[in-house]
Amino acid sequence: MTIITRRHLMKTAAAAGLALPGLSRSSFAAEPLKVGFVYLGAIGDYGWTWSHEQGRKALDAALKGQVVTSYVENVKEDASAVPVMKDLAQQGNKLIFTTSYGYMDQTLEAAKQFPAVNWEHCTGYKRADNVGTYNSRFYQGRAVTGTIAGMMSKSGVIGFVGSFKIPEVVMGVNAFTLAAQAVNPKITTKLVMIDTWFDPAKEAAAAETLANLGCDVIAQHVDSPAVLQVCEKRKVYGFGYGADMSRFAPKAHLTASLDLWGPYYIERAKAMLDGSWKSDDVWWGFKEGLLGMAPYSKAVPENVRAAADKIIASTKDGTYEVFTGPISDQTGKERVAKGERMADKDLLVMDWYVKGVQS
Amino acid sequence: MTIGFFIDALITVVGVTTPILLAATGELVVEKSGVLNLGLEGMMLIGAVTAFAVTFNTGPDLGDWAPWLGVIAAALAGAASSMLFAVLVLTLGSNQVATGLALAIFGIGLSSLIGAGYVGMIVPSFDSVFPDRLASDPLWRVVFGYSPLVYFALFMVFAVGWFLNRTRAGLILRAVGENDLSAHSIGYPVIAIRYAAIAFGGALAGIGGAYFSMVITPMWAEQMTAGRGWIALALVVFSGWRAGRLLAGAYFFGVLMTLELYAKASGFSFLPSQFWAAMPYIAAVIALAVISAREVAGSEAPACLGRPFMPNA
Repeated sequence: MTIITRRHLMKTAAAAGLALPGLSRSSFAAEPLKVGFVYLGAIGDYGWTWSHEQGRKALDAALKGQVVTSYVENVKEDASAVPVMKDLAQQGNKLIFTTSYGYMDQTLEAAKQFPAVNWEHCTGYKRADNVGTYNSRFYQGRAVTGTIAGMMSKSGVIGFVGSFKIPEVVMGVNAFTLAAQAVNPKITTKLVMIDTWFDPAKEAAAAETLANLGCDVIAQHVDSPAVLQVCEKRKVYGFGYGADMSRFAPKAHLTASLDLWGPYYIERAKAMLDGSWKSDDVWWGFKEGLLGMAPYSKAVPENVRAAADKIIASTKDGTYEVFTGPISDQTGKERVAKGERMADKDLLVMDWYVKGVQS
Repeated sequence: MTIGFFIDALITVVGVTTPILLAATGELVVEKSGVLNLGLEGMMLIGAVTAFAVTFNTGPDLGDWAPWLGVIAAALAGAASSMLFAVLVLTLGSNQVATGLALAIFGIGLSSLIGAGYVGMIVPSFDSVFPDRLASDPLWRVVFGYSPLVYFALFMVFAVGWFLNRTRAGLILRAVGENDLSAHSIGYPVIAIRYAAIAFGGALAGIGGAYFSMVITPMWAEQMTAGRGWIALALVVFSGWRAGRLLAGAYFFGVLMTLELYAKASGFSFLPSQFWAAMPYIAAVIALAVISAREVAGSEAPACLGRPFMPNA
């Protein structure tokens, strides 16, 4: 125990010794800002981690010469993430983005030991003086894909493969369903929660089951492109999530909502450079450029494109919000009154499905 | 409900069941020879990544033959990784449980390393080889609409059942698993037989892994078998080390999982989803309880299962 503590002390002392000359040098303003990223998956996953990597590259390009970025991929969401974060801090990174929900407590722990470093935790809710959080309004993208699904479905039955009943997924299911019902009131959404984020075989079996039960458009909120591959095989439509996944399903893939983290990373790095960085809590969407859509496939007809584009444009200018009443839950009870918009605090704890979701 | 509805459901069941059946059939032979190899998950992943890499790289030259080469490579890679385990437990006499767990972890790590460059790549699905007229026929697809690996898995489980119970070689293998010292004393090469059994188990686990990366989802993703190796292990115990029950047990599991998905999609939440999520673990606990109970009352397990063979000790 003592040995560990001593070693620890020595490490901290060494870090302080390193940091001091660093500080004096930065007063000459010649040293570029070092920015670190902690990634959950591999940068080639064409999904969550890939989109963060694109954000890092956008930051590199936008602030060329002023920032030096680095990343660590395949970092597990357990205690082993802490040493990775501390390493990044010791290498002189002054701004570190930890890009997965499961890094919440690890980020706070590392931040406590490196108070001179500023940390940004993606999709979390615990903050400190040097820890901010940021998130994306993913559900706004669901409103676009839901609109397309509602217009393209012939059977009136659409599917959704989800992971867990947590607010982020529930918001997605509900936004998808509400948007589809807005263009076709008869739409029902068959929902299968597979109780895991990652199990390609189970994701595939769930998508097959939905296709068997008559769903002709299937959305997904799981980690692999398995659902899209099944859509391709079964000749039904699907959407990418987070990144363009058309390479996995060239015919089935209609479009994808894209996570674009670049604008946020650039803004926060700029705030570091001009000294205005403060811990904050950000929830951005289409308007701020944190969400985008992949190109529509050839299968999407002109009128559907126009309707989808209209959702994007009116979301950007604030005239459209998918969670606007009247909204009833599965039992038919009215949850949101006519004309009323759901508050952010209610969205972030949403645990009920809208009418028309079959689960 | 039409007949087509049930055919669709059955095809889903077969897809879920086949990789588990392949891995469990191999493990049955290994355990019958008196060796417990817990490394199925690792060997399956090595098979999955090898099949994908070989198919991906030879595809441009070999075309339709590339998936076959991929499957053969997966079998060889699975067998090769099982040989690491075999040398440690058979030649060096290390603990089988610990070594098997190490193989599982090693396989997860090695497959991630090999596969790093293949994430996000795709190969054509290794689907039915029958003429489209049969494979896509509304009725006949129930017989002809599967990947060749499905027929291979069914063939193997029958072949293994026949081998173990009806052949002289199978009798010797069982003798080695029941009483290694006696088998040794009448002149059978215990160690060599166990090497062969372990290699066979590794090859089938490798092919089981290939089913993930080439049939279910023709792509590579880290740890894409998502724990099926452990389910296959539990299945061998459930089956009481019998090929027929192994087949029934594997399909029982497949039906159960498919039913869960149908129930959810149809809005019948008759059991909370947490129950389904806990199912594999509940099953494992029951399996372990069954083993220990049987150990008291005359076990069905091979008597030498998990014990190192030390003829000169």
